[in-house]
Amino acid sequence: MKALAARRHDRRAPVVLLLLALLLVGGLYAALQPAPASAAPQAASANDVTNGEKLFAANCATCHGMGATGTNAAPSLVGVGAAAVDFQVGTGRMPLAMSGPQAQRKPVVFTPEQISQLAAYVASLGPGPAIPTAEQVDASKGDPANGMAIFRTNCAMCHNAVGAGGALSQGKFAPNLWSTSNTHLYEAMLTGPQSMPVFNDANITPQEKRDIIAFIRQQGGTQPGGLSLGSLGPVTEGLWAWVVGIGLLIGAAVWIGAKSS
Amino acid sequence: MTTTSTTTSRRTATRGSQGPAAASADWLDQRTGIAVAVKGLARKIFPDHWSFMLGEVALYSFITLLISGVFLTMFFVPSTNEVTYNGPWTALQGTRMSEAYASTLRLSFEVRGGLLMRQIHHWAALIFMAAIVTHMMRIFFTGAFRKPREINWVIGFTLLVLGMAAGFSGYSLPDDVLSGNGLRIAQGITLAVPIIGTYASYALFGGEFPGTALIPRLFTVHVLLIPGLLLALVGLHLAFVFLHKHTQFPGSGRTNTNVVGYPLFPVYVAKAGGFFFVVFGVIALLGATMQINPVWNYGSYDPSPVSAGAQPDWYMLFLEGALRLMPGQTEVVLGSFTVPLNIIVPAMILPGILLGALALYPFVEAYASGDHREHHLLDRPRNATFRTSFGVSLLTAFFVLVLAGSNDLIATQFHLSINDITWTFRVLLFVAPAIAFLVTKRICLGLQRRDRELVLHGHETGRIVRFASGEYIEVHAPLDEDERWLRVQQEPVRPLQIAPAEDSRGVRRKGYAADRRRQRLSQLFYEDRVEPVTPRELAAAHEHGAHPVLEPAEEAAQISAGVH
Repeated sequence: MKALAARRHDRRAPVVLLLLALLLVGGLYAALQPAPASAAPQAASANDVTNGEKLFAANCATCHGMGATGTNAAPSLVGVGAAAVDFQVGTGRMPLAMSGPQAQRKPVVFTPEQISQLAAYVASLGPGPAIPTAEQVDASKGDPANGMAIFRTNCAMCHNAVGAGGALSQGKFAPNLWSTSNTHLYEAMLTGPQSMPVFNDANITPQEKRDIIAFIRQQGGTQPGGLSLGSLGPVTEGLWAWVVGIGLLIGAAVWIGAKSS
Repeated sequence: MTTTSTTTSRRTATRGSQGPAAASADWLDQRTGIAVAVKGLARKIFPDHWSFMLGEVALYSFITLLISGVFLTMFFVPSTNEVTYNGPWTALQGTRMSEAYASTLRLSFEVRGGLLMRQIHHWAALIFMAAIVTHMMRIFFTGAFRKPREINWVIGFTLLVLGMAAGFSGYSLPDDVLSGNGLRIAQGITLAVPIIGTYASYALFGGEFPGTALIPRLFTVHVLLIPGLLLALVGLHLAFVFLHKHTQFPGSGRTNTNVVGYPLFPVYVAKAGGFFFVVFGVIALLGATMQINPVWNYGSYDPSPVSAGAQPDWYMLFLEGALRLMPGQTEVVLGSFTVPLNIIVPAMILPGILLGALALYPFVEAYASGDHREHHLLDRPRNATFRTSFGVSLLTAFFVLVLAGSNDLIATQFHLSINDITWTFRVLLFVAPAIAFLVTKRICLGLQRRDRELVLHGHETGRIVRFASGEYIEVHAPLDEDERWLRVQQEPVRPLQIAPAEDSRGVRRKGYAADRRRQRLSQLFYEDRVEPVTPRELAAAHEHGAHPVLEPAEEAAQISAGVH
């Protein structure tokens, strides 16, 4: 210990060591963490339906009942369609980890193949909305200006003007949309998960849904004017004005005031 | 004729010996006689303390607002004429919008440096209001509003209200959805004013909401009316500071009749001049690195949509919070009249009480203390127990309302239920100020007792001495004179004494009831207090006990230790 202390020339060494250790741990975590599963819709076959039924019985039937006809704990899934399954399971909301105000986005449990099998099984129970095609959710084919207009009148009151999320009653909330995949955005509009209303194709046409996706894809990235502060509006701006602005200015005042005495 | 020639000859004579600066100063002086004024100003003494610079922050951010605002008026078009947007922001291309909104977008995306100027202007507005509030806190808690400065307090309060109006009229100009939401609330509040509400709304908006008249009107209010009033009142505010002389903190050598500090020139000219650049620099830093009011996110105004997270700028947030807290069921219908108490209470009565208490406090305190003397020496906040406690409880009430105005963001950021948060704040609005009052009062009294303790017994040194008899005592180091003066200089304010209810012949005295009310108020202010140590108490404390006997010996030991 004494030898170590003798060789430690700089008193800043512990800070540097701590930083290096943090970097190492962070780097290892980034390298080793499981890659997030991505859900790619695939064509369903009879085999998929059989496998999906098995997965359903093992993982979902406890709450949704055998045959997905629903129990007191969870609704019937007959007629919800493949889109609903792809959204709920593909974003990790299902299977539910615990009951609460609403199901939360969390790491996906199933592989894309298993999700498509589950979706195929639920779709086989009754007609419902299908998983959208790649073309339907292609943001490059949408018109963001029209998307913004539709988003503003239909979505912004819960999801915030640019989809940063907002509060609903009793602990429920409309989530941030920036990291939600195009397919999941489309499916959410189509199936209306949890507190969200259903926006069917007569209400918002498939073309308009794609416009909305195009608008959302423009948000959340680099913004004009510097750090976006979460795009949450004037409250965060006020907070930063006090913390950074007044903080720095009082610091400067104390510094100038201390110079004379 | 002779006078002219002598002047000319003196000027030609001096030109050779003086530098260009002195020569031009001389030139100006001979025409204006400004030297007298400059001499007076340059030698004016100001005391030094960091908290005396908070008002400067407000002044300099106001100057920043004026400079950046002039730039913005060059490009902003205050008109609600409809145009089709064809600018570079793709999410709005081809949509129809007002010229006000389109010109704000052009200012942001096409005018060189426009976005930076817009952001500097908006951040400067937030800093301006925050600086006013911190400056006001300093004035309030140190009692700088006492005679002769009550008028200046009221001017400062008016500046605060005008600042709010400037901010609101400013962020309403771009005609985006968020600002339109704010205007809609303002119109709703106007409508709720009893009897004249509908007429007032029609007059302000030039018809139904939103109409086309409001944006040009707001523009005039924002760039002419309010800045003009602000400038005039800021000038008056500063003139009063000069007239009254600046207050100073108590300390050795500082009395009610002197000002201890440095002259305006060169010390404060350098400090204040430098500080302007610090303030401008910090605001520019905010404007350059952090996005503020991204109007392109909100879209052009349309009365139907309201997005989640629609809030006003922070200085109006307490009003938003009051509206959010008020239960909506309190709207009463009497015959054919609707009495919207759900708006009248949170938007008129509650702010009226809070802001009224702030504006009138100096007069209430003067009434309660019966003190008509001038005060140029500040109070240490702990020594003004009621004032400090009242100020903290008022701030707490505002803070609860600000948090209530942010309830949806608190709900999403901390995963709480918005209903529970709202109910918590409804209770806290009444309970928290009371708790804050009691806690602050206890802290103030505790600090005053601590001061007494220090003066009477000195600093604890942590050194334990054992006498030959076996007795242990801790050595206390006496305070030096400066330290002691700071803790004993204040004059205690005691509750008012009034003449008895009946005179010597048993006749009831006229005006006794009013006097008694005043005395009750005075008791509320000054009943609980800790009196400063009197010289007699100090002498008594030094006479009894063992350590004053020990102290000279201790000093001698230290001196001899220093010599060796």
